[in-house]
Amino acid sequence: MIRLRSPEAWGWIALLAIGLAAPFLVYPVFAMNVLCLALFASAFNLLLGYTGLLSFGHAAFLGSAAYVTGLAARTWGWPPELSVAAGVAVATVLGWAFGSLAIRRSGIYFAMITLGFAQLVYFLVVQMSWTGGEDGLQGVPRGKALGVIPLDGQYTMYYFVFGAFLAGFWLVWRTIHSPFGQVLRAVRENEPRALSLGYDVDRYKLVAFVLSAALAGLAGSLKALVLQFASLSDVHWHRSGEVVLMTLLGGMGTVLGPSVGALLVVTLENYLPGLDALSESPSAQLRLLSRLGKLPIPVVIGGVFVVCVLAFRRGIVGELRALAARAFTAVKRPSSSTTSSE
Amino acid sequence: MTQALFGQLLVGLINGSFYALLSLGLAIIFGLLNVVNFAHGALYMMGAFAAWMLSSYLGIGYWWALLLAPLAVGIVGVVVERTMLRRLYGLDNLYGLLLTFGLTLIAEGLFHHYYGNSGNSYPVPEALQGGVNLGFMFMPIYRGWVVVVSIVVCTLSWFVIERTKLGAYLRAGTENPRLLQAFGVNVPVMFTATYGFGVALAAFAGVMAAPVYQVTPLMGSNLVIVVFAVVVIGGMGSIAGAIVTGLGLGLVEGLTKFLYPQASAVVIFVVMAIVLLIRPAGLFGRVK
Repeated sequence: MIRLRSPEAWGWIALLAIGLAAPFLVYPVFAMNVLCLALFASAFNLLLGYTGLLSFGHAAFLGSAAYVTGLAARTWGWPPELSVAAGVAVATVLGWAFGSLAIRRSGIYFAMITLGFAQLVYFLVVQMSWTGGEDGLQGVPRGKALGVIPLDGQYTMYYFVFGAFLAGFWLVWRTIHSPFGQVLRAVRENEPRALSLGYDVDRYKLVAFVLSAALAGLAGSLKALVLQFASLSDVHWHRSGEVVLMTLLGGMGTVLGPSVGALLVVTLENYLPGLDALSESPSAQLRLLSRLGKLPIPVVIGGVFVVCVLAFRRGIVGELRALAARAFTAVKRPSSSTTSSE
Repeated sequence: MTQALFGQLLVGLINGSFYALLSLGLAIIFGLLNVVNFAHGALYMMGAFAAWMLSSYLGIGYWWALLLAPLAVGIVGVVVERTMLRRLYGLDNLYGLLLTFGLTLIAEGLFHHYYGNSGNSYPVPEALQGGVNLGFMFMPIYRGWVVVVSIVVCTLSWFVIERTKLGAYLRAGTENPRLLQAFGVNVPVMFTATYGFGVALAAFAGVMAAPVYQVTPLMGSNLVIVVFAVVVIGGMGSIAGAIVTGLGLGLVEGLTKFLYPQASAVVIFVVMAIVLLIRPAGLFGRVK
């Protein structure tokens, strides 16, 4: 547990303050996009980082929830909370269906199966008429929260999203730090041993999977309201790969890592093309940097992927934590050696 | 009616030939290296592009491309294995999948950047143009050629792996690479060669596919996911299983196109779900 007035608590308070101030510091839609994908990555990390299951099809939950929320808000005229709930419900059901099949195989097969199911969802979305096919589902109204607060303003929308993000993030945090989360970690570290200790491993995996899918759905539903559309890119396997990258880059198996990763990846995708403007700059280094802006985004994302896998597997938060742990032992060691010499 | 049915079955058989060639390469690589090669679809695309480039820039035809394109892509594979994949061998095999995923994004992104979205057509070689009337249907010779060649290549690979000394080393390496090394076999070189071969097989499939489909940067992008499903259905345990499953699922897809065209894109994933329900280890898989 976090004790009040510990450095950790101050850190969380600082992050909360940054989160509250964000829409005044950066473009609000950008900040909301980061929050949605950070929630998506945190949900994903519950599986990869804490249960040791690599799902390569999480876009299916994000995307289907986005489409259903869009449909509910636009065609059926549902209020935003209900539309979001509908999206989450569909993602949860899908998560249960895919999860209960996918956990029948483990390891790398699990990744391939989830990828296959996500592709199934992708093709269904392409073919069904109400999704708008290639154009996506456009013109999703944001509506009024609780029937009174209009969400059309970027700031009110931001705090709506921020509240939902906090709730989702808290749920992930609570899960990780619960006895249930301990069992998940045991499954990750040594599945046969967890099984022999009497834990119904499949059941734990399935619950983790459904929870992760539901939260991914929440992220997708919010995203549809924020951007006011749902598109094929949300169900495409590039999106499933992107969330793996966010988690890996930030640090899998860390609470904060996925959010850090999401922030970096979204920033990269948004501002990289802008580097092109530096090509007129007098400094040679900056001109070299501008070349990066010309590269297609997938190439850059792929490059970051390769670097992360080869040289940076703990991710940013993981590396920082290891660094802190080393510094901590380095401080401790001299004192312990003096006590032993006494 | 029957014309249309046999036509779709033939298309299915051709798709199935590519599934078989690709899943064979995946199975061989996974068996020895324990790496799920996500880049397989991108390498297939590079094979097709290599053939197209050879013909449009250098005027080199199909028959040479059939040899040169797999060689060139195989060399790319060898470089990838030597410089990158090699570092991941002791680790969880999800890293191999992620690395090759990243490489796929780079390769497809670059080709897409330079060659755009539109397809480039590649001519059917002169010797294989035209078709024959089989009585119940008209069959373009090139399509028959694709099916026959891929069956021959797959059978040959099966023979080499299951019945020769080289194959015995490969199987031994799959079971226990350290013991094999202790017997004096150069296992690291074998790993490199295996990856190179599996990748060359993907490029070979790409060259074969060039005259059938359009040569586009994303031609392998959805294919690799279907091939993964094929591998899940068949189980990666056996080479013969990979071949039979590949061809069989191609036929199933063709049949679906005839009966209910809307479902043809998803039928393989539905079959995957059913197989997972009934026989979780896959049709030819062994339960470990």
